[in-house]
Amino acid sequence: MLQAPEITPEVVEKDKLYRDMGITDEEFGMIKKILGRLPNFTETGIFSVMWSEHCSYKTSKPVLAKFPTKAPHVIQGPGEGAGIIDIGDNQAVVFKVESHNHPSAVEPYQGAATGVGGIIRDVFSMGARPIALLNSLRFGNLTSGRVKYLFEEVVHGIAGYGNCVGVPTVGGEVQFDNCYEGNPLVNAMCVGLIDQKDIQKGIAAGIGNTIIYAGARTGRDGIHGATFASEDLSEESESKRPSVQVGDPFMEKLLIEACLEVIHCNALVGIQDMGAAGLTSSASEMASKAGTGMEMNLDLIPQRELNMTPYEMMLSESQERMLLCVKQGEEQEIIDIFEKYGLEAVAVGKVTDDKKFRLLHKGEVAADIPVDSLAEDAPVYHKPSKVPGYYEEFQAMDNYIPDVKNQAEALKALLQQPTIASKEWVYDQYDSMVQTNTVVTPGSDAAVVRVRGYDKALAMTTDCNSRYIYLDPEVGGKIAVAEAARNIICSGARPLGLTDGLNFGNPDKPEVFWQIEKSVDGMSEACLKLNTPVISGNVSLYNESGNQAIFPTPVVGMVGLHESLDHITPSFFQAEGDAIYVIGEATPEFGGSELQNVFENKYFGKAPAIDLDVEAKRQTQLLQAIQSGLVASAHDLAEGGLGVALAESLFGTNLGCVVDVDGNLTTALFSETQSRFIVSVKQENREVFEASVEDAKLIGSVTNTKMLQVTKADETVIEESVADLTALWKGAIPCLLKSKA
Amino acid sequence: MKFAVIVFPGSNCDRDMYHAAKDALGAEAELVWYQTANLEDYDAILVPGGFSYGDYLRCGAIAATSHIVTEIKREAAKGKPVLGVCNGFQILLEAGLLPGALLRNKNLKFMCRFEDLVVENSKTMFSSAYEEKQVISLPIAHGEGNYYCDDATLKQLKANNQIVFTYANNPNGSVEDIAGIVNEEGNVLGMMPHPERAVESILGGDDGLNLFKSVLNNWREAYVTGA
Repeated sequence: MLQAPEITPEVVEKDKLYRDMGITDEEFGMIKKILGRLPNFTETGIFSVMWSEHCSYKTSKPVLAKFPTKAPHVIQGPGEGAGIIDIGDNQAVVFKVESHNHPSAVEPYQGAATGVGGIIRDVFSMGARPIALLNSLRFGNLTSGRVKYLFEEVVHGIAGYGNCVGVPTVGGEVQFDNCYEGNPLVNAMCVGLIDQKDIQKGIAAGIGNTIIYAGARTGRDGIHGATFASEDLSEESESKRPSVQVGDPFMEKLLIEACLEVIHCNALVGIQDMGAAGLTSSASEMASKAGTGMEMNLDLIPQRELNMTPYEMMLSESQERMLLCVKQGEEQEIIDIFEKYGLEAVAVGKVTDDKKFRLLHKGEVAADIPVDSLAEDAPVYHKPSKVPGYYEEFQAMDNYIPDVKNQAEALKALLQQPTIASKEWVYDQYDSMVQTNTVVTPGSDAAVVRVRGYDKALAMTTDCNSRYIYLDPEVGGKIAVAEAARNIICSGARPLGLTDGLNFGNPDKPEVFWQIEKSVDGMSEACLKLNTPVISGNVSLYNESGNQAIFPTPVVGMVGLHESLDHITPSFFQAEGDAIYVIGEATPEFGGSELQNVFENKYFGKAPAIDLDVEAKRQTQLLQAIQSGLVASAHDLAEGGLGVALAESLFGTNLGCVVDVDGNLTTALFSETQSRFIVSVKQENREVFEASVEDAKLIGSVTNTKMLQVTKADETVIEESVADLTALWKGAIPCLLKSKA
Repeated sequence: MKFAVIVFPGSNCDRDMYHAAKDALGAEAELVWYQTANLEDYDAILVPGGFSYGDYLRCGAIAATSHIVTEIKREAAKGKPVLGVCNGFQILLEAGLLPGALLRNKNLKFMCRFEDLVVENSKTMFSSAYEEKQVISLPIAHGEGNYYCDDATLKQLKANNQIVFTYANNPNGSVEDIAGIVNEEGNVLGMMPHPERAVESILGGDDGLNLFKSVLNNWREAYVTGA
């Protein structure tokens, strides 16, 4: 480990030590210019983490600027710990998604656990009580021992942290594809609820006010975590294990309760969690946002280990720590609250008027940096982009129909694909019910959490079909947003906005940067059309291993509002005799489909097309029908098309269905044509429903036979017992985990 | 009737228990921080689930040494109803208010789902609103809910009719499918399933409400006679 005291500024420059911290020669030159001198070792470290992609978004900033972020109901867009949206009654919903991919690749349990911990802190540091967690996970295929280990331990880590901290994990998604083999994705989303009057900001305002450090002590874990997150994974990544933080959910639980008490104190000026780049980012951002400076005495920082250097303290990513700005002279009131919970809270510095970030250590100045240069002046790179060869090849291909001989066998194969199969093995390990507000638990299109004491609820989902985005980032980006909105609509809620978790490969490769640009273009267009502004997000680049990039995976975390509890609509069939409708026609679209994966074991061709006007119209009409009480159940058609959606509409019920299809059977049953829904409607509501939803077509009815039956004309195409299908669907993942690699 | 909901550092079902007693049952309820001096003012004590002290050392072990547990014992000795759910059950076991221990689930994983329970004894102050052998559905959410006791203890539990709830489909490996037991006197109940999570049909079922109603009804009969 590099030790600061022996290393002079001259050595940092001469031996180019800054390169080890991820700073380029040009950037080092910029730093010299900003300071008007050589940076010392600690200062170089501080710049390196603040200017890392993870903290500065230096590569993605020009692209992110394209996202629509404003709407009348948006209270706080990107830039704070989490975004905030008005939900009426002077309440608001707070949410954000964050990635923890690289840590999870080398230390899956702690990587995933601390990902959950970090996103929870982002939400309660805004003053909100965390009410729900979701996640979005990607792994390689469950055939290698390493992938199974990563999968099991990531789930275990999410459970270990979320269950303990008492925030229900209500939803999520897991997909499996080879491209994630060496670089799994672990994105965690947290949703919080707040009274608008309690909204906090991470600012260090008021010259002379006191900076208080609260929570866990600072140790040597996670040093340079933000830098680690901003480079490709390699053989050497294993040696970065010390860059992975270790979580303590018990400490986090205490911190939540203490902070939610503290926000009601007049003495509090600002509060922010110490996330990526720890003390460095929280302190410098709080000052920068307030237009002030800050001076901290590092001798006062609670330390877990002996003889920590300023470099180590400033770059540590020890978990469960908060930084507060408190009115001068009123510190004790705040400190007492933390003490009630057995937490340390210590005054470590003060707000200054010189816009400098000054650190004192053992009587010497350890760092003295213009504060805005850290948070605001990071370089911005406009990377070159280039259309990848594969894209043009895929676009030139004609749509085709896989040669399915037996539709029933194809359905069974699809239900056992891990991406489609039941995720019960996963979510059974998550406490989805604590806080007793979860109306719809994991396993549906969207989770639903009611707002206690009000006739309303929040719907939430995470979504991203990265196969489509790989084939066509712009179209796939539109689909990702549209599909998330479909899930929200099906649950009976109006989409409010989204948080984006952008996971891509190495942006220095022009083809990867093109994927980033195009998918953001597509997402932005869909956001505008569907009125779902982006209110927060996270960027994770350099998701590559062995020089192979992941599929572009911009995860969409969306939240919607049920304006009445009566609007909450199940995703599965409700009663015998109900009419089954499908909204939207199928055309042969198998590029990126699950059926293509089954048949070809790879993805190629065009992504399914999407017309956002059609999408918006169908979503609006379906939501109105739901709100008018015309719909018994609603489910969107996704991976595996109508066939899989029918099966999913029957799982967990004592029902069956008879459905008649026409045209090409494979297209009718398994095409992944977009903007489609399967809806069941009580017989007495049929007429009004048909009048309200233009593109709805009657295809059959719900039966009590416990059989899934599909006919074409009078010929039976599929006739399978729901119990058998359920067993295949539920057994697939446990079976893969048990089988030997 | 006034319920105390004990809040330890790391409790996380405390508010759920509070809402069950206050909103669903309609009784008085207060959250009581573990440093509170005594519990004399309360008619019943609820020890909620969660991860008191982060489950460090052993689930419930550290909470069991706190002063408030001495107070809980004092009130229990007076015959007041004491209910420990999930981590609350673990604490009551560690405190010696109930016999036995809880081990890790047999599959070594946390599990969260609704499970069917059989009411084995409907004559306790916690279960009198149920029918004998009634099957009810309550959520479980635990990693260490595998109840264990030695043969002598099991014999005693059976002889004294202390087994109140059993699992219809034992999910965690508990001895004799045990999901909840009372002490010999019948006024201290410990159980792994969460009745407080099943008091409103919108959340998937309200089979837990009768447990709270039982406590309230029995208290009324005992203390408000002639009213």
